[in-house]
Amino acid sequence: MNEGVLHTLVAFGILVVLLTIAAGLIWLERRLLALWQDRYGPNRVGPFGLFQVMADMIKIFFKEDWIPGFADKKVFVIAPAMLVITILMSFAIVPFTPEIMVVDLNIGILFFLAMSSLGAYSVVLGGWSSNNKYSLLGAIRGAAQMISYEVFMGMSLMGVVIMAGSLNMTDIVIAQKKMWFIIPQFIGFVIFFIGGVAEAHRLPFDIVEAESELIAGYHSEYSGLKFGLFFVGEYLGITLISALITTLFFGGWLGFGFLPPVFWFLLKTFAFIMVFILLRAALPRPRYDQLMSLGWKILLPLSLLNLLVTGAIVLYFQ
Amino acid sequence: MFSNLRSLWIVFLHLFRKRETVEYPEEKTELPARWRGRIVLTRDPDYEERCVGCYLCAAACPVDCISLQATEDENGRRYPEFFRINFSRCIFCGYCEEACPTYAIQLIPDFEMAEYDRQNLVYEKEDLLIEGQGKYHGYNFYKEAGVDFGVKKKGEGENENKPVDVRKLMP
Repeated sequence: MNEGVLHTLVAFGILVVLLTIAAGLIWLERRLLALWQDRYGPNRVGPFGLFQVMADMIKIFFKEDWIPGFADKKVFVIAPAMLVITILMSFAIVPFTPEIMVVDLNIGILFFLAMSSLGAYSVVLGGWSSNNKYSLLGAIRGAAQMISYEVFMGMSLMGVVIMAGSLNMTDIVIAQKKMWFIIPQFIGFVIFFIGGVAEAHRLPFDIVEAESELIAGYHSEYSGLKFGLFFVGEYLGITLISALITTLFFGGWLGFGFLPPVFWFLLKTFAFIMVFILLRAALPRPRYDQLMSLGWKILLPLSLLNLLVTGAIVLYFQ
Repeated sequence: MFSNLRSLWIVFLHLFRKRETVEYPEEKTELPARWRGRIVLTRDPDYEERCVGCYLCAAACPVDCISLQATEDENGRRYPEFFRINFSRCIFCGYCEEACPTYAIQLIPDFEMAEYDRQNLVYEKEDLLIEGQGKYHGYNFYKEAGVDFGVKKKGEGENENKPVDVRKLMP
């Protein structure tokens, strides 16, 4: 088998695995939330309720795929696809192992930041094209939240970039051979994590959706498969942020010898996915202005400070 | 910040708690004896119907789901000719049980009466009438009160004095 075919196969395999994981997360989230609320969660369909996802999929396929008459049709259709596409594109730079990765870009982190910025368009356009005041409110919030959190999410990663001396994801993982970046870059990790939660618009930062205030925010008008795309996109986003936290701060595929690298990667990623779900189970949603002031008044100066100190220390020891 | 972490930890610890869920079809809860579930018509200790067809239950019913027709046997004892409860309307409020003067109609702890066909929720007298006395044992209306309907002779009921001969009632 030549190089090109193998590479295509790997990329395709990653795609399939990711979509399966994202769908499986729906089940995992429901089970975990239930466990943390002293319930069992879906456990009827198949072993441990695993086929619940399949049942949900069948249901969502047979739902009426309705576009409201007052919506801007083209944009309305494109918006959910954009979310999934941008997140899947971001996965291209994630090194699952040295061998299993789609592309070894030398601007890896930059590419991820660009893609996640594009992801904001999906929310904004989805809310805008729905022509519904709640959707629009969600979109406005989404725009503000995602763009402002984008800023210091990028900032917080620069500490890692300074320490690794490269934007390339593989190099960053290899630079963590001696010590995972979670220890020297703890502040960076905390900021990136908070920014990541906001970026994936997950609870407690699901201001964009805010069921209790905005019905479902930007995707109020969506139904059927398009809603399904938003839904899967959300879980893909969780997986992406978890995978990135693993890669950037927890040594990616690095681990102890007795397990294959890809297993270490998945183990760490799933641990973070569970933290995401735990966040949803435990924390209430902050008010919109609280979110913004937390971002601009605390996290941004902190990330700048972190960048400054990291840079100074690295320069000093050179 | 600290309180957030603390609540994260507390919620995480719930992983090891006992579940509240009762996995229903496999595992059933014990219903209290006074649970207001399926409605039954009971019999007295002599295996006769308790219902005297007074229509009080039908009058008390807020959703008008009870329908009956009283009739009499050869002794003049009243009983329902038909007795019909439409359980698709019934709200299980228990007012019929409260209204019943003879403990005939009773709500019992049973709720498993789902049907695929709505019409099957209309219960006729043969569906409602049970073999036993339900929640109130040993009570027989015709032994306590009323005239001779073939259950007891005049003056032979419980808590009933012998009839007084009014002609001997001298001052």
